[in-house]
Amino acid sequence: MSALELRQVSKIYGSGPTEVHALVAVDLSVERGELVAIMGPSGSGKSTLLTIAGSLEQPSGGQVLVDGVDLASVSRSDQAQMRRRSIGYVFQDFNLLPGLTAVENVTLPLELDGTRARPARAAGLEAMEELDVSDLADRYPDELSGGERQRVAIARAIVSERGLLLADEPTGALDSVNGEAVMRLLRAATKRGVAGVVVTHEAQLASWADRVVFLRDGHVVDQTVAPPGPESLLAAGDRR
Amino acid sequence: MSVPHALLALLTGGPKYGLRLQQEFESRTGEVWPLNVGQVYTTLQRLERDGLVESDDGEGERSRKRYRITSDGDRELADWLRTPPDLVPPPRDELVIKVLVALQVPGTDVHEILQVHRRHVIEIMQRYTQVKAAAGEDDVALALVADAELFRLEAIVRWLDAADVRLKQRPHLAPVEVAGMPLEPTQKTEVSQ
Repeated sequence: MSALELRQVSKIYGSGPTEVHALVAVDLSVERGELVAIMGPSGSGKSTLLTIAGSLEQPSGGQVLVDGVDLASVSRSDQAQMRRRSIGYVFQDFNLLPGLTAVENVTLPLELDGTRARPARAAGLEAMEELDVSDLADRYPDELSGGERQRVAIARAIVSERGLLLADEPTGALDSVNGEAVMRLLRAATKRGVAGVVVTHEAQLASWADRVVFLRDGHVVDQTVAPPGPESLLAAGDRR
Repeated sequence: MSVPHALLALLTGGPKYGLRLQQEFESRTGEVWPLNVGQVYTTLQRLERDGLVESDDGEGERSRKRYRITSDGDRELADWLRTPPDLVPPPRDELVIKVLVALQVPGTDVHEILQVHRRHVIEIMQRYTQVKAAAGEDDVALALVADAELFRLEAIVRWLDAADVRLKQRPHLAPVEVAGMPLEPTQKTEVSQ
């Protein structure tokens, strides 16, 4: 069973002459332990795909299954619970609440879901520890650097064993080395058994993924095959 | 990659045997640029002939010789480090030519051609990133070598993306799409090294 499966998903905005087909019959499966990057030009449907996968938006047609559960078959409140418990989101602009400390931001989805403060804090600190930011737990977002804020945002996305991690341009305005650090963290999270989907227009960031899926005009037009491993580069080097 | 200058640089750390130089070269370039030991000895011979290195004894077996850099070698290395590399592009880039030719071939979907090359380049990038990921964040030398390749390849992807957008904005330049065309390269494109 895939952690995420999109079957013939379509999304239409507007109607009549202004109708826009943002996604057209998209099929996509992502397994636990796998990091998939979605690439495509502006307006290709990348972000729409991510918001539909995360049940933040409803598809116009097709099915979205998270851990085998068809999102259309559960009530809106159950979908909301699923979003809090099973799905982690990382956004370009981090989306940390300025009035909460770092650890309060991380534990927010747990507390909204009814977890009591003490176990929520323990889970939050554990997630922050994994991202090497537990010493920043009681600082406020405006006291953190861009890289630190993004680590806190990733900690929030992986807190308490979420199975699906969705990230939209997660390196934001970070420089290439800090952006790479974010991709290392997302990759490490998926290697621990999470299914990850990253939307990006940057080839270097996409190259951290196990598989790159290309979108154009709402269609999946192509995808990479599994990389053959670094030894093939050494063979290429021999020819120089 | 200038092997002679890389060997001179390794010798600034003190006298070394050929085999040691080969091992240090590979470990410092993250094993992305393999170098066989025969190439090391041939290069050392040339450097010795030019007075840039000298060995312990003139006639012994090559594997028993220890090499050290001379003062001329030090000067040559310092000059080379400050000489700008040749950044003028080759007069004809194969990928650019393929795309320009594709525009002239009736029934060819240029966007599909661009995508075939984009995927191929990103697959190579994935392999370099794997090298970097496997090595850990502390291996700065390897990260620098892999970054150099990744930035160069990324520039190719950006060019392909820009070509895609330009041709979409001016569709009269792009010939009609042909249904059922396979998305497979007929031959692996050698992106210019």
